[in-house]
Parts: sequence; C-alpha cells; structure tokens
Amino acid sequence: MTLFKKLIVTTAAAVALMAGPASADNVKIALVVKTLGNGFFDAAHKGAQEAAKELGDVDIIYTGPTTSTAEAQIDVVNSLIAQKVDAIAISANDKDALVPALKKAMQRGITVISWDSGVAPEGRLMHLNPSSNPLIGNMCVKLASDGLGGEKGDVAILSAASTATNQNIWIEEMKKVLPNYANVNLVDTVYGDDLADKSYRETQGLIAKYPNLKAIIAPTSVGIVAAAQAVEDAGLVGKVNVTGLGLPSEMAGHVKAGSSKAFAIWNPIDLGYSATYIAYELKTGKAEAKPDGEISIGRMGKIKLDANNEAAMADPFVYDAGNVDEFAKIF
Amino acid sequence: MNTIRSLLARREALLVLACLILLVAITARFPAFSTPRNLAGVFNDTSILIMMALGQSAVILTKSIDLSVAANVALTGMTVAMLNHLAPGLPLVVLILVALAMGMLLGAINGFLVWWLDIPAIVVTLGTMTIFRGLAFVLSGGAWVNAHEMSRPFLELPRTVLLGLPVLSWAGLLAIVLAALLFTRTGLGRAFYATGGNAVAAVYAGIDIGKTRFLAFVLSGTVAGLCGYLWVSRYAVAYVDVASGFELDTIAACVIGGVSTIGGVGTVGGVVLGALFLGIIKNALPVIGISPFWQMAISGAIIITAVVINARGERVKGRIILRRKELPL
Repeated sequence: MTLFKKLIVTTAAAVALMAGPASADNVKIALVVKTLGNGFFDAAHKGAQEAAKELGDVDIIYTGPTTSTAEAQIDVVNSLIAQKVDAIAISANDKDALVPALKKAMQRGITVISWDSGVAPEGRLMHLNPSSNPLIGNMCVKLASDGLGGEKGDVAILSAASTATNQNIWIEEMKKVLPNYANVNLVDTVYGDDLADKSYRETQGLIAKYPNLKAIIAPTSVGIVAAAQAVEDAGLVGKVNVTGLGLPSEMAGHVKAGSSKAFAIWNPIDLGYSATYIAYELKTGKAEAKPDGEISIGRMGKIKLDANNEAAMADPFVYDAGNVDEFAKIF
Repeated sequence: MNTIRSLLARREALLVLACLILLVAITARFPAFSTPRNLAGVFNDTSILIMMALGQSAVILTKSIDLSVAANVALTGMTVAMLNHLAPGLPLVVLILVALAMGMLLGAINGFLVWWLDIPAIVVTLGTMTIFRGLAFVLSGGAWVNAHEMSRPFLELPRTVLLGLPVLSWAGLLAIVLAALLFTRTGLGRAFYATGGNAVAAVYAGIDIGKTRFLAFVLSGTVAGLCGYLWVSRYAVAYVDVASGFELDTIAACVIGGVSTIGGVGTVGGVVLGALFLGIIKNALPVIGISPFWQMAISGAIIITAVVINARGERVKGRIILRRKELPL
C-alpha cells in the first residue's frame, strides 16, 4: 500500500469516526434475560427504557434466549461481545456456567453486572438483588401465616427445579424465619421444574399426602399458577391457600377464584430501571463497584454494596384482591 | 408352564404385571394411591399422554417418528386460547374444530415433507418442532394467556363429569377404541404395519407407502391438535413452553408399550399400557417422596429396560419373503 493510499484510508477512517451519528456515542446497555417471552422480564425492559429516557444517552438492547438454559444464554453473551456493547446486565440461568463468557466480556472492557438471578462474583462487577433474600423468605412465610388466620396448619413449598439458584436460597431463608411464625408447620418441599403439568401433579401429591394441608408456598410464577389451578380443581378453595411469588396478570384469576388470598413480587419495572442505572453509572465511571460503595439509582434512591458486591433494591410488594386488577394491566 | 411362558412373552401381559407390581409397591408406601378414585384421577391425568402416544405409534409403525407433537400442542393450544381470549363469544365447538383442523394441517406439513421431498422423518420433525414452537412465540409475542382470560365453557369442558368420569377421561377412552378399530380393522391400519414391517413387500402388495406415512403424520398431528386444546384447558394457562419435552414422553410410552422403533411391530393395548405405566410413575413419584434427582434416572432406566426387552423380542422374526437388496424405491 502506498503512502498516499494509507493516508486516504486513515483520513477516511478518522472522518468516519468523528462524523458518526450521535447515537454511536450512546452507552449501549444490553439487558440479558433468562428467557424471552416472560411477562416479568418484559416489564423489566419497560423499566430499562424508562431509565434510558431519563439518562438520555443510553441505547437499550433487550435480548435473551428462547429456552431458559445456560448454554443458550452463553451464545447470547458471545454475540453481544461481538456487537461491542458497552455494558451487559444479566439475569443468569446458571450461577457458574456463564462466568467464562462474562469474564471474556469484561476483558474486552464491557461493564458486566447481574440482576434478579446472580452470577458468581468473578463473573460480574456487582449483583443487584430485587430484594434481599431474607426479606423474600420472610414475606413468603408471613403470607402463609397470615392466610392461616391465627390457626395452626401444615404448609408445603412447591419450588421450580431442584437446582434453581434463587429458589433454593429463598427456601433456606424461609426455613430460618420459621421459629417466628409458630402457626406455620412446614411439612415438605417438592419440585415442579417450572412445568405446568409437573407442578400440578406435585400439588395433587401434596394434597393427598397431607390431609391437614392449609397453605402452599410457591416461589415461582409457573408453580403458583399450577398449584392454584390444582387446588381449584380439587374443590379445596378456602381450605388450602396458595401463596408465594407470582405475576399479577397471571394470578388475577386465581385471586378472584379464592385459591390465592395474596402473593408477592417485587416490581420488575423498578428492577430493570435500577439495573440500567447501575450499569450506566459504572460504565461512565460515576460510581465504582467496591464493598461499601454506594450507587445512586435515580428515583429508587441509593443502594449500598455488601462485602460480595451485592445490593438489595427494595421489599417485595404484596398483591391481593384489592390491587391485583390494577397491576394485572401492567405486568 | 408353557401357557405361562407364552403369556409372559406377550408384551401386554408383561406390562399389566409390571403395572400391578408398581401399584403394590406404591400402595405399600402410600396406601391411598390405589383407591378407585385416585386411580381414576391417574387415568384422567394420563389421558392426554395416551391419545398422543397412540398418534405417535401410528407414525412409528410406518418406520418414521414425529418429534413435533409437543410443539404442535403448544402452537394449537396457544392459538385456541388466544382465539378464546380475543373472541369470547365464539362457540366452543368452533374452537375444537379449529384445534383439530390446525393440528391436521401441521401434521400434513410433516407428512408432505416426508412423502414428496423424501426427507427423513427425524430431520423433518426436528425442524418443524422448532418452527411450531417459534410460531407459538411469534403469535403470542411470548405473552401468557391466563385463567381469567379464558371463557367458562372453554375451561369447564374437560372437567365436566359424565357417568362418573370427566370428559377428558372419556376422550382418552374414545381414542383407545377408535385406534383399536383403525389399527386392526381397516385397510389404512394394516397399511401402517405393512409399511414399517416390510416396505418392499408392502409396495408389491399395492400399498402406497409414501401416502400411508403421510396419513400417519396427519393422524398424529390431528390428535396433537385436539390435545392442544385439552392441555391448555386442563392447566388453565397457555404459554410458549407448554408441553416442553412431552414428545419424548409419547415416544417413551410407545417404546415401553412394545412398539418397535424400526416399525411394523406394536399394538394399541401395548401403547395404552405403556402410557399408563408412565402415568402411574409420574403420579406416584410426588406422593412416595423420592428425591427429584432420582426421578429422571428412574424414568430413563425404565425406558432402556423396555428397549432391551423389545430387542430380544424382535429376534424372533418372520420369514423374509423379499430381500432388502431388491428394494425398488
């Protein structure tokens, strides 16, 4: 290549860089979710867009696999690295499996944070919990206890897969607070694998096994719906109360039918909003991810990181017959 | 002694025995399982599997396989659930006809690709499996259709009790009778066996094996379409991952029931018992308290055992009247 040609090429490149559209300077934040087509994550996307609007110079890339496996999510992360995004905020399908791919991303200068379902510390700068795990565990048991109305009764837990990270942590926390709720007698923990049919069958099994069963805690959105339907089909509305974590739009019918008196979930809109804010603050150097560090998250206030660089956003929010219809329209 | 041995050699007798042993073992741990009411519940729960396994067995008999049935359930179920949500006034009969027609169409697409384009069935249905589920995603935008968005008749039909059994169970029983008549008493049914048993001989006997396979896929698809409605109505929720992995359950029921994976061998009774065997296990595991880590291993071990028994049974073969070398296809 002649010197002249080199000059032309370099100049052209420089001009292209400088004259690029304004959006090229925007901070590209990828919101990676466990699986696409999940109402919860779609709501988080809404929150991320809200944050992007407030911040002004942010582009949101909302993406994720169609099946909730770590393998599929690794592919998504790799393609984001190739697209040269500025930040990745991920809700992980596996705590450890995603670490190598996310490490690679960080080596390329991408800011990586996890939210909702976390990644091991070496795979991210910080993790944003929707709420603190102790608060969630406590809320689940409290809802079951309140539903018993002062009487003593058998309570069982219907979880997702037996290997699901966050479900297992919440179950641990539920067991820790049991002594504070004398009327709750935890009898069993079963796993519905987040399949409607298996969760339904496990619920039938619980009903058959424990004649004195008064409440089922399902900290998973597929499980709580299937359990409520199984209770309705068994004609046990009013006898067995289904509670736990679910989405208002999916639970509205079951609250109306009476199989669920109340359930909880954090506000996913706030969660997507906060994750976007944190990714932006870290990317632009306005905050640093270090133990005891503080990061401001717009209208949600401030979060404080703990020794593991984790932070909690807020308390889970309770939905019942009084407000479920209103929120069912949102997510 | 000989009678016992010849009886044991029959797959159906072996399966009845296996089911009984299973029931006794379960009852020992959880006595309430074998009450007539609970067993009726188990049958009701297994009805969808029975219907779809029968459809699958028609395909396997012709030496093909249909991996797309569960995705068909998801797509058809999502379609009728959305129709019901968007047009609550539409009579249920229309929705069921839509489910049947749509399932039939999806099955016909599989059959067409296998027949005219001569692509191996496992490749075709692996592709359509992904396409159907993808379409369910595109159609719904990933959103769920929830219980309160479905009309009362839509939800009530499979639960309505007629003469002591829910309509869902009656649908299962009807499917068994119709399949038994089709497989043993009609030309098409015998053509299924002939196509898979010895394709060359079937051609010489005047059977269009391509068309027979096509019709087997249409049958399997139609049944899956109906089950799409039944599934969504039974669990009162429609989402993209509905019946995820269920195609493998239908194949497992066939294999356990003694349907040969290389075609031509299998009975309606065997398939029904194979499905019931799986259904009993699925319903018993939650109540007898086996660790979830063991559940999958147990299911897998049973399938392998069944395949081993099948392979032993297949050694006793009929006289070969036309050698494979003369294949005119």
